[in-house]
Amino acid sequence: MIQVHELTKYYGPTLAISRLTFEVAKGEIVGFLGPNAAGKTTTLKILAGFFPPTSGTARINGFDCVAASLPARRSLGYLPENVSLYRDLSVLQFLRFAAQAKGVEPKKETAEIERVIADCGLKEVQHTLTASLSKGFRQRLGLAQALLGRPPLLILDEPTIGLDPSQIVEIRQLIKDLAGDHTVILSTHILPEVSQLCRRVIIINRGQIVASDTPENLSRQLGQGTRVLLTVNGPENQVRQVLLSTPGVTDVLSPENGRYLVETTGDADLRPRLARLVIENHWDLLELQTQEFTLEEVFLNLVTEEEARIS
Amino acid sequence: MTGVLAILRKELIVYFTTPIFYLTGFFFLVLGGYFFYSNILYYNLLSYQGAQNPHLASYLTATQLVFRPLYGTLAVVFLMMVPLLTMRLLAEEKRSGTAELLFTFPLTDWAVILGKFLSALLIYAIFLVLTTLYPLSFAWVGRVDWGVIVSAYLGLLLLGGACLALGLFASSLTENQIIAAVTAFALLLLFWLLGWQQEVASSGSARFLAALSTMEHFDTFARGVIDTKDLIYYLSFIYFFLFLTKRQLESRRWRA
Repeated sequence: MIQVHELTKYYGPTLAISRLTFEVAKGEIVGFLGPNAAGKTTTLKILAGFFPPTSGTARINGFDCVAASLPARRSLGYLPENVSLYRDLSVLQFLRFAAQAKGVEPKKETAEIERVIADCGLKEVQHTLTASLSKGFRQRLGLAQALLGRPPLLILDEPTIGLDPSQIVEIRQLIKDLAGDHTVILSTHILPEVSQLCRRVIIINRGQIVASDTPENLSRQLGQGTRVLLTVNGPENQVRQVLLSTPGVTDVLSPENGRYLVETTGDADLRPRLARLVIENHWDLLELQTQEFTLEEVFLNLVTEEEARIS
Repeated sequence: MTGVLAILRKELIVYFTTPIFYLTGFFFLVLGGYFFYSNILYYNLLSYQGAQNPHLASYLTATQLVFRPLYGTLAVVFLMMVPLLTMRLLAEEKRSGTAELLFTFPLTDWAVILGKFLSALLIYAIFLVLTTLYPLSFAWVGRVDWGVIVSAYLGLLLLGGACLALGLFASSLTENQIIAAVTAFALLLLFWLLGWQQEVASSGSARFLAALSTMEHFDTFARGVIDTKDLIYYLSFIYFFLFLTKRQLESRRWRA
């Protein structure tokens, strides 16, 4: 669905993205993850055909985003980062304009508009002027116009920003439901969102891809071995000593009183041994569980590694 | 084509929901009505004098003394209003960020430009239709040469189209509506005043400049003469500025 090859973009002398190469298969939901100013929005804008890259190519559905911009744009729905709407139009008028501009067949227009209004929960505001919509409704209207005409590809730049928690859940569910017949590429800096929605994550920092894999694989890659969380009632120094002297343990962190994060190497499960040690020392074992590295840690780790490498 | 209609419809909704259409329409008609009234008074006065002077009487036609100067004045009044009608068209899209949506919709640049141009032209045509009340009401009491009137309206429409195309171009240059309006106004004045050169000097260059003037070509229409020279002038003027607008929109692609 998307083929990006050596995509580079300069804003004047500033390099925004540098030789990005990635592909997105049909039906995939891909998360584009990165700190602010990493080049996420720039990449998505190029894909949406808003401006061309300085060099490199991007193809959507087989159409080049620059040379065959019109057919490429016909096959996508785009939700910009800052949803700007025509202030003097009502929600219904705006959607009607968007449907016509996107070339939705006149016969299907009304049904199509009703469908997106229902999907995005815009029924109650359909006659309101877009200028007086709240941030949440504006975001939903932005999403609604992207969905008009059922484009095969959806490009969503921070789709859940500005929504309240219950709306976030709704919109995420909506995006999940889109998978299958739609390909979705979404950018975000909210990490749980990525692990919930996306089958694949592309992490980008300073305009370059630093990792691209499933969220699970990324966690595994970073956490070579596992971590065990222990909560023990006992003298802190002694507990640390004992835990550290266990073979296979590389480090012991104690983030708060009585809780210990034991980092281990290898695939061996150290839980039975650690449990026995605590009991043998006559301390109380309150909690014992393995922990996977969160995407947050993967992300921070990759970004800081990258940062260190550059400096 | 559907793209042009989509833009056209959207722009018309915006024109009809914002005060700019009503405000410009109101002042256009107030001024038009005033000039019509004062031209009638003047014509009246001359008619009394004509009664004593048979030589003068032969010049006394309503078309020449009321409508020809009226449409000339209306053309100038409209010239002042063009920047108000066009300043928003493209500048506002850029300022408010809606350009990002507009240019990622599967629309060609021409569809956007034509849709916007035609919407402004349609608004202007509405103003013109309302001014037909002047000749219609005059026809109630006197004789009107309808051929000249139709020709004058065709001229007004073409002149308005040319001014609006220029205004649209000015609006594409900036994201600030005021700057767009000032630029449009300055260029429109320039294209109007070019014609005045002719009265000072009749050298070749002055005639050349006069030939470029928007008002110069209108006068033949107001006299009831439809000359292909003037038709071609207005149509190429419109095309030229729409073309410049397209180039300006394209430049966003390589400039960004």
